[in-house]
Amino acid sequence: MSERPQLPERLRAEFSELLTHYPERQAALIPALHRCQEELGGWLTPDTLEALAEFFGLEPVEVFGVASFYPMFQLRPVGKHMVAVCHNIACELRGAEDVLREACRVTGAKPGQPSSDGRFSVMRVECQGACTAAPMLVLDGVFHENLATADVARVLGSVR
Amino acid sequence: MSATPLKREVYLLSRIDLPDSHTLSVYKANGGYQALEKVLTGGFTPAQVIQLVKDSGLRGRGGAGFSTGLKWSFMPDVAKDARPRYLAVNADESEPGTCKDRVLMEKDPHGLIEGILVACYAMRVKTAYVYVRGEYRLSYERVAAAVQEARAAGLIGQKILGTDFACDIWMHKGAGAYICGEETGLMESLEGKRGHPRPKPPFPAGSGLWKSPTTVNNVETLCNVPFVITRGAEWFKSLGTPKSPGNILIGISGHVERPGVYELPLGISARSVLEECAGGVWKGRTLKAWIPGGSSTGLLPGAKIDVAMDHDSIREAGSMLGTGAMIMLDETACTVRAMQVISRFYDHESCGQCSQCREGTQWLAQIFARLERGQGRMEDIELLSSLANGMAPAKTICALADAAAIPTHAIVKNFRAELEEHVRLGRCPLGSAHEAAELEEAHA
Ligand SMILES: Cc1cc2nc3c(=O)[nH]c(=O)nc-3n(C[C@H](O)[C@H](O)[C@H](O)COP(=O)(O)O)c2cc1C
Ligand code: SF4
Ligand code: FES
Repeated sequence: MSERPQLPERLRAEFSELLTHYPERQAALIPALHRCQEELGGWLTPDTLEALAEFFGLEPVEVFGVASFYPMFQLRPVGKHMVAVCHNIACELRGAEDVLREACRVTGAKPGQPSSDGRFSVMRVECQGACTAAPMLVLDGVFHENLATADVARVLGSVR
Repeated sequence: MSATPLKREVYLLSRIDLPDSHTLSVYKANGGYQALEKVLTGGFTPAQVIQLVKDSGLRGRGGAGFSTGLKWSFMPDVAKDARPRYLAVNADESEPGTCKDRVLMEKDPHGLIEGILVACYAMRVKTAYVYVRGEYRLSYERVAAAVQEARAAGLIGQKILGTDFACDIWMHKGAGAYICGEETGLMESLEGKRGHPRPKPPFPAGSGLWKSPTTVNNVETLCNVPFVITRGAEWFKSLGTPKSPGNILIGISGHVERPGVYELPLGISARSVLEECAGGVWKGRTLKAWIPGGSSTGLLPGAKIDVAMDHDSIREAGSMLGTGAMIMLDETACTVRAMQVISRFYDHESCGQCSQCREGTQWLAQIFARLERGQGRMEDIELLSSLANGMAPAKTICALADAAAIPTHAIVKNFRAELEEHVRLGRCPLGSAHEAAELEEAHA
């Protein structure tokens, strides 16, 4: 009944250029998944995955199989702002759990679920390569390093 | 340890404090692109470049420490093999504790590009991909901008520096999976698939990206190359130790006063990294344990801090140099808790293809978690060892299983008393059990 979902024209144009970097089409899939997530609402909806499958000449299940392998791709609705707290060893040794607890307190979100007002998602993530500036969190892709627990509210407040 | 003090000279990080160090003009004003000019217009054949890199003794900085020149020489002869050939630059940096490639990409991206171009010339590669972990937004932007600048300046593309050398460099973004740092996982991921490592052989030089000859090199490895070219193999060997020449970027994190990334000659004593660079253990405490080279290298007792930071010395001390990422634990830290976190990581990152790894990492994570909570049994300690024996060495498609098994063996060997104390007391003697329970619940 419903039409097959299509990618917006500007993304199709962008991805066509991307394809020229590689000998095979599928190589552009992960960069394209990133761009779709950035441009189309912060997570990859079933429609987006289907539209990507059409563009790449793959089965939707193949695109889903790739997207679901990579922790950076969100396959469920997320809050407007993404807060990722590293809980790996170097951060753990310098207070990652306190940062996580504080991020949850400030946003009212539980790890892995959007806050009830839909403004934030708080995620536990593995080492982000900021170990010498631990503990840290990533807010909408931007690293905030050398955090004291007391800094968390200020950092998250910057996008309130 | 060598009797003569090691020569200290900074080169890798020599430009990073200059304003706008990431730009082409600053790079060029400080010696940049002279190595490329030297090989392209100075009459060097590709084979001579490979020989020079071999002679320098440069070893890969991605963790395994393999000879870079030797690796390059594995690429097939172009006269006999007409397939396209590739260089994949490993900028996936995700071994916990490791954050050195990021410094190079953010502050000296042209140094990486020059290293890539020299490597491509040497291996007769015309296409290089820089696979940057997705989270490294600034690294990606800086290298991408530098590629654009270099292309506009005729340093990338056709007829580079007016010669017949042609080379393209493309940026590629990963999406947060540790296993894509493993060279064959990286290649699968670059092809747009799940990052499932491939069985070896075939090795990448014979069949890599799109079944074509491919070399995978780490960022820091490639950043060493221009210096080897301009200053020569003898200069390079004057730094570091005979078997591990040159400088290495050592990131030191955890319980120290001044965590950071420092450039030091290989063979530097771990104590001097801790005390001179990092200002010692924080809060005036003492060192209980430390990890010499990222989370997949075994925990050593604090007493072993006088070991030299080179491949052979650390192996003799019972661990590995890995990525040179030192993670320090003070007297208040719990090594069981540390292993709970580390084993949880490998469980999370196992790609699941090999049952020893998929099941083994899960078991290790569960056992460390219950030991930390005080719900473990004495038999669990033997179980840890036997599980680790079942996973490695070389029992699986890639070395992630080894990366989980190695620190497991190390804690049983070096900190057995602390494991036993958790069982005897039925809790963490250092009081981190409450947090551990919460942590597990949230992870489930
Ligand atoms: C599980 C696993 C993860 C790895 N992650 C990385 C990484 O993030 N960066 C890297 O350069 N090498 C990583 N390696 C090592 C690569 O497989 C490969 O040896 C390296 O990139 C080769 O470059 P080099 O010779 O210049 O060191 C990893 C290896 C394994 C087994
Ligand atoms: S060892 Fe682990 S990570 Fe490596 S291929 Fe096998 S299951 Fe995957
Ligand atoms: S352990 Fe947190 S950034 Fe590396």
